[in-house]
Amino acid sequence: MPKRTDIHSVLIIGAGPIVIGQACEFDYSGTQACKALREEGFRVVLVNSNPATIMTDPEFADRTYIEPIVPECVEKIIVREVAEMKRIGARGKLVLLPTLGGQTALNTAMALWRSGVLQKYDVEMIGANAQAIERGEDRQLFKEHMLRIGLDVPQSGAAHTLEESRQVAERIGRMPLIIRPAYTLGGSGGGIAYNREEFDELAKRGIDLSPVSEILIEESLIGWKEFEIEVMRDRADNCVVICSIENFDPMGIHTGDSITVAPIQTLSDKEYQIMRDASFAVIREIGVETGGSNIQFAVNPDNGRMVIIEMNPRVSRSSALASKATGFPIAKIAAKLAVGYLLDEIRNDITRETPASFEPTIDYVVVKVPRFAFEKFPQADPTLNTQMKSVGEAMAIGRTFKESLQKCLRSLEIGRSGLGGDGKPWRVGAQVYGDRDLLPRDVITRKLSVPNAERIFFIRHALRAGFTLDDIFGLTKIDRWFLAQLKEIVDFEEALAHSKQ
Amino acid sequence: MKKARMIPQSFRGIGLTVGARGLASEPQRMAMKAILALEDGSVYHGQAFGARASAGGEVCFNTSMTGYQEILTDPSYKAQIVAMTYPLIGNYGVNRIDVESWKPHVSGFVVRELSPVVSNWRADGSLADYLEQNEIPGLQGIDTRALTKKLRVRGALNGFISTEAIDEAEALRRAKEWPGLVGVDYVKEVTHREAFAWDANDEQSASFNLHRGSAEPVNPRAICDPLPAADIPIVAYDFGMKYNILRRLRQHGFRVQVVPAGTPAEEALKYKPAGIFLSNGPGDPAALGYAVRAVADLLKSGVPIFGICLGHQILGQAFGGKTFKLKFGHRGGNQPVKDLASGRVEITSQNHGFAVDPQSLPAEIAVDRINLNDQTVEGMRHKSKPVFCVQYHPEASPGPHDSTPLFAQFRETIARG
Repeated sequence: MPKRTDIHSVLIIGAGPIVIGQACEFDYSGTQACKALREEGFRVVLVNSNPATIMTDPEFADRTYIEPIVPECVEKIIVREVAEMKRIGARGKLVLLPTLGGQTALNTAMALWRSGVLQKYDVEMIGANAQAIERGEDRQLFKEHMLRIGLDVPQSGAAHTLEESRQVAERIGRMPLIIRPAYTLGGSGGGIAYNREEFDELAKRGIDLSPVSEILIEESLIGWKEFEIEVMRDRADNCVVICSIENFDPMGIHTGDSITVAPIQTLSDKEYQIMRDASFAVIREIGVETGGSNIQFAVNPDNGRMVIIEMNPRVSRSSALASKATGFPIAKIAAKLAVGYLLDEIRNDITRETPASFEPTIDYVVVKVPRFAFEKFPQADPTLNTQMKSVGEAMAIGRTFKESLQKCLRSLEIGRSGLGGDGKPWRVGAQVYGDRDLLPRDVITRKLSVPNAERIFFIRHALRAGFTLDDIFGLTKIDRWFLAQLKEIVDFEEALAHSKQ
Repeated sequence: MKKARMIPQSFRGIGLTVGARGLASEPQRMAMKAILALEDGSVYHGQAFGARASAGGEVCFNTSMTGYQEILTDPSYKAQIVAMTYPLIGNYGVNRIDVESWKPHVSGFVVRELSPVVSNWRADGSLADYLEQNEIPGLQGIDTRALTKKLRVRGALNGFISTEAIDEAEALRRAKEWPGLVGVDYVKEVTHREAFAWDANDEQSASFNLHRGSAEPVNPRAICDPLPAADIPIVAYDFGMKYNILRRLRQHGFRVQVVPAGTPAEEALKYKPAGIFLSNGPGDPAALGYAVRAVADLLKSGVPIFGICLGHQILGQAFGGKTFKLKFGHRGGNQPVKDLASGRVEITSQNHGFAVDPQSLPAEIAVDRINLNDQTVEGMRHKSKPVFCVQYHPEASPGPHDSTPLFAQFRETIARG
């Protein structure tokens, strides 16, 4: 199937201002899409409130609106563009590509659909339609669809009394459990119960605090391994995995704040293929017709149980990483798929000879480390959790995990040359230690047990202080494979230090 | 080393005993040296792992990022020294289930970096111990990317690997001396000597799956999908067949009688099969005159036939066509294959160094699948008989499951008669 001929102009919504959690990766994806679509001869209309982006440079779109990304504004732009297309006698229609500008673009497009604006002006959403976006974004709806196709999700239930709560807990059958009171501001009054007593207490308190006397009880996945798959699909239903990603940090830390590694390191082929099959089942069930999606899984390290956490029916932060990690330009290809091309009709940019319908296989390891700036936000809580706090990231490619990690840590521009051994001091609160000092065990234990920006460095301190891999695993739940890699770096540092003497 | 072989009672444990060191968390780094010499005169020095042994073989590379245990145990790798392009190998260890035959078959195994630990809930042991127990030399710490680039430019090369105290000159001499794959029948080394019924008690065939739901599983490693009734009797020619083909056939309701590679057509037809399956296997398809003759006879009988990999190449010859050696072969889990009839693209698992020449095929044979990377033949179909075959591995293991429906297609082909 060649490209669609019924499209004249494509409206692309950018991501707006750069904020924590949504940075320049969406400028990258939007710019790629603009270039790809103009290359195909489409008229590109761009709206972005942020003029300090590449995509708003004049050569990237036929019309660029620097306007607030709010439904009212975008509606006016649609009215204006529809009139303009009529004036120039355009053959073909105006379509909206909402999946390349991050969550902002997706939300704005959905608002325009809900208010009927898109229907009124006959503006089709390409890439993902409103129904698919809704299924991907609405947690409850998403869960129902996952269960329908036989995939596993975190078990949960609602309760209104202590008795009901206990029944739900019984049915889930394992601790810890997360308790969330319904309709409290920011979910306040919830918590994690590790045993029956804690559970009863939290359940009672939650029911009291909730204005509707309702709590949600969900099994906790804290300490599970976290994985991501970047999938692409074309309108002939060909699906490929672009990149698999394993998080160094276990569940409980936002992916944007996690150290991540591509490809997956610790799954056997049997497990990986089940995950791959599940990823395709998800993109098909949610109904993302063309383009990329990011699908996140949690895996129980003790028995391999795999649950679906969420999917982004759009190009995401991980897509930018996956593109750079594999050389497969996800945003560019997603734009071409959205206008009707098939994967095997698009050329692979790397080989220039083979088609894009393949799965990149790499002979290197990619590591991404988030960059934090807590020194600029002294009021912020430096503990890492499910809310993203990093302000950027560094990515490195190497032939081993150790090489990539060291390059990445050096690239953070935090003054370190790697994991340690660079002769520079370590500051812990008001205390300053020398680079080769052994830190007190209690300080190390504290820094390991609570996820924080410096934890990777404290694994070095722990290894040097004589903690075993099992000790560190117990405190962090970071997979032993990663810990063993860090140990090799530390062992080498020791060998170097001793060879000098 | 030739031994008479029957299908073992329980092959899951074969080739793998869990030693005390199996899951050691400390590196078992041996300072021992290893050497890889190629016929073109190049020599690579690295560190040894696995067995203290030496072997000649054709040096090839595999681009799969997972599935090294399946690759090691695939009989098609007989007489080959396999280098993995993905640099970090051994991370998830080895286990009793992910085997494609009764033991590893590679002559040697080359990796950039062997994992110092094993980290996976399914693991029974480490890769190094596994190779040691199976008398296979391993080499790590060389620039496998440089080796791969050389093999891509020069094509697959004969080589010699050793973890014993062998000097460069000796290693090079033995690399050059190694006779090569072309014209040699390696099938007879890996085919089962006797015919047998595959998994009559349904103990080995169910597909591995993961535990679901929050209840604690009793034995998560033993969770399998249910099997349908085995209602279609077929005969499978074993040219060095991967077990996952047999598992997949059983999962699709076939009752499989496995026969040795040298079985004449009339012997196979005595089982009154509803269909014939032709397996994968090692080496040069042009060296298998006896198999080509048997398949030519089977074609005359009109019984439905499905072939995979070497089976596809044998069918190609039985059709009257020719095979040729590819420069560096397709070995990996990301080969795009286009089904010319439907236009769909499957990402496939492949392992072959030879291919069917489409120009040599008679008019009644249709090439219905091609490789999108180099346009070589990936599938053929007889225009008037119920016969089809693919060059790739629909059973995956390792690799993607995109082509699993081919087993159902075999059922439909038989049903149509």
